[in-house]
Amino acid sequence: MSTQTEHQAPQGPEPLDVHDPRLSRFDIVREGARRDDIEIVHYEEQVVPGSRAERRLTRTVASFFLLTGLAATAFLAVYIWWPWEYAPGSGGDKYYTPLLGLTLGLALLGVGFGILTWGKKLLPKEVSIQDRHVEDPDAPESRKITGETMLYLADELGVKRRPLLGISLLAGLVPVGAVAAAPLVGGLISNPHKNNQMFTTGFAPAAGKKIRLVREDGRPIRPADISAGGQLTVFPGIEHGVSNRHADSPTLLIHLRESDAQKSREANQRIGHANFMWGNYAAYSKICTHAGCPASLYEQQTNRLLCPCHQSQFLITDNARPVFGPASRRLPQLPIEVDEEGFFVARSDYTETVGPDFWERP
Amino acid sequence: MKRRKLDMASVPGKAAVGVDERFQVSTPLRKLLNKVFPDHWSFLLGEIALFSFVVLLLTGVFLTFFYEPAMTEVVYNGSYAPLRGTPMSAAYASSLDISFDVRGGLIMRQMHHWSALLFMAAIVVHMLRVFFTGAFRKPRETNWIIGSLLFWVGFLAGFTGYSLPDDGLSGTGLRIASAIMLSIPVIGSWVTSSVFGGEFPGDIIISRFFIAHVLLVPGLLVALISAHLGLVFKQKHTQWPGPGRTNDNVVGERMFPRYALKQGGFFMVVFGVIALMGGLFQINPIWYFGPYEAWVVSAASQPDWYVMFLDGSTRLMPAWEINIPIGDGYVIPPLFWPTVVLPGILVGLSTLYPFVEARRLKDTRSHNLLQRPRDVPERTAIGAMAVSFYVVLTLSGSNDVIADKFQISLNAMTWAGRIGLLVLPPLAYYVTYRICLGLQQHDREVLAHGVETGIIRRLPDGRFEEVHQPLTAAGHDGHGELDYVGWVVPKKMNRLGALGPAVRGFFYPIEKPAEAPVSPGHPPVEPRPEREEIGSGESRR
Repeated sequence: MSTQTEHQAPQGPEPLDVHDPRLSRFDIVREGARRDDIEIVHYEEQVVPGSRAERRLTRTVASFFLLTGLAATAFLAVYIWWPWEYAPGSGGDKYYTPLLGLTLGLALLGVGFGILTWGKKLLPKEVSIQDRHVEDPDAPESRKITGETMLYLADELGVKRRPLLGISLLAGLVPVGAVAAAPLVGGLISNPHKNNQMFTTGFAPAAGKKIRLVREDGRPIRPADISAGGQLTVFPGIEHGVSNRHADSPTLLIHLRESDAQKSREANQRIGHANFMWGNYAAYSKICTHAGCPASLYEQQTNRLLCPCHQSQFLITDNARPVFGPASRRLPQLPIEVDEEGFFVARSDYTETVGPDFWERP
Repeated sequence: MKRRKLDMASVPGKAAVGVDERFQVSTPLRKLLNKVFPDHWSFLLGEIALFSFVVLLLTGVFLTFFYEPAMTEVVYNGSYAPLRGTPMSAAYASSLDISFDVRGGLIMRQMHHWSALLFMAAIVVHMLRVFFTGAFRKPRETNWIIGSLLFWVGFLAGFTGYSLPDDGLSGTGLRIASAIMLSIPVIGSWVTSSVFGGEFPGDIIISRFFIAHVLLVPGLLVALISAHLGLVFKQKHTQWPGPGRTNDNVVGERMFPRYALKQGGFFMVVFGVIALMGGLFQINPIWYFGPYEAWVVSAASQPDWYVMFLDGSTRLMPAWEINIPIGDGYVIPPLFWPTVVLPGILVGLSTLYPFVEARRLKDTRSHNLLQRPRDVPERTAIGAMAVSFYVVLTLSGSNDVIADKFQISLNAMTWAGRIGLLVLPPLAYYVTYRICLGLQQHDREVLAHGVETGIIRRLPDGRFEEVHQPLTAAGHDGHGELDYVGWVVPKKMNRLGALGPAVRGFFYPIEKPAEAPVSPGHPPVEPRPEREEIGSGESRR
């Protein structure tokens, strides 16, 4: 023990003999702190033992703990007996979670404030000073020793004298590292262009048969189903067409007013999309070309389609060109017509890539 | 045979000796019990993050008992009538079950969500404290980097967790995340396809996010938090300048018992506040959003607050698409810049800052004393610049809601954000810089001339002047000479104890003599006594 202390406090004289019966417990505590380079420079009781202040604080702490007991019991009672099963309407079950939160919160706050009051008000205040040893005088020497030890390790291994060992070890380890990574990369990797999936949607004609436009419930749509100025979200009439398996297929079918339809047709013709519309009906992809959210807020007066995620706005009467916001590409248009039974069908798949942009999008 | 009497009082002591004989723990334990911590209210911000993380682990484990990480389509048949009969993923159905059919499940879910928000908020505020006080300087650069990484790993933990319920709102967030991955040049489509196991949404992403959210990311968080705390412990906490405080010491309290008690109490308070929030304040009511369907979204679709700055940067980004006309043509979408490049720059700037500043100031010393923000106007102004940049982005993340509630044009909000993002940070820099200089000047003025007393005196020639109370005895030129020591300068007479004591007490006024001004939270510090005075073996006090 004595050697250790000498090492820790070389500047000090003899340490205290902690077995001296005349020492108080605090003396020993203070001596212990000194051996850790800590000096307790100020130590002061906050309350006089036996005083009114002490009794008052003790009562405060005790009542906090008792509050915890009460609140925790209340929590258990609520948890067990309160009707908790969800029922429509405004029944008592709507108070279940708030009551649990209230009782649990009070219980925990009770313990918390009880402990805080105990620690902050009843315990003696102190100021201790501990040395940081920012500049340890032994540091350069010990760095030197450790450095030399490590260099000596390298000497012992003898990689310098026997370079083949190092080279062969490297040659062996690199492939082993690759082996560790290979299953993860190989297992996860998945070709994005399998089945040309990034460039096709559910509207691609299957076996030469054109795909019908259907509603959310799967029913096909007749032109008369949408009044002028109205719009409807439509899906490919195939199996699972109305599901997230065809997350790139949702399309907005819009019945434009006569004047808007005229503008729209002219715009279509300018970019070689003549006959993409059928009558006054036009169909545009609902998947925003910016980040893939459904661009679903259609403003009838201005014929603008707004994406609520990042506020890109597309002008439907101008080939759904982006007119505001971060989107840089127009919404692809689905060429539509009406089949012999009078239902809307897609004449072909989209001619442009649907959904958010990516590197190899042509 | 006589039975040896068992002395109960000596049992713990003997057991302790036995333990020490085997493990030699008494010296390390004493060092731990004695370790000195400095105290200041701003040091507890990081602890809020730590304590929220503990609550996250506790509530999270509960949730895993009931959550089913699968995208298998099921038809909901639980208690919540409006959604009964709706086809949805098993993940969403089990999240609804946690909310409605597991006793006490909703409060656990809500506590988990609230503590996640609190965790991120505490990290940000703690980071601001560390930045503005210069606590990141040598030797603590490593811990600053670990802290910045904790923000991003916490971000990842938050986002993966947010996506797990697979409701309409989080599914839209996932859709945007897939678009962000898709926007990376060259490898984007391969990355997305590999993460989602095919085209979005596929049927595996929820189970992959689940294992990331409950094992990989929390594992990383635990590792980083342990390293963070270990370094704080090893390098010892920084302290504010003040009486008796130097770069070479730590002035505070020993860890046990008072400091540890305060920590424990504070943990229970944080836990209690989270419980109150989880019970009383609704968060993420997934049953209103419905299952995720690729064609459904509503206005006011905001992510959790810590994602909003990226949402904002995405909204403000102009539609600048870069086309590379080689072959069929290649594209760098505008989405790439605000969501991949910007976070990359932010990570780089924040991690490099300590080194940039040290290099600029040619400062290679170790710093254990904190600086008041006003004393380092340049850094404080840079910080204000960063904060204003962040605030503009975060507000822009909800610019549709602001536009709606305040009847402002949506496009005007976007333009205000774009302009504000460029104009406000330099303005914040300038204003903060001037404020810092002004505060510095006022400190010096008070040190030189004294505290304003509020007493106006009329001079014989008719002039009026305010009487100042000097802080020290007058020197030869009639003014007191006091050096600024990097700590609070008293600026009110109450601080000098010159006015009568404020009335304290709730029912009865408690008369108390005015205290002498001290550094906050601590009685005056006497100089450390020299050890030479102390004779061996003597009792002393």
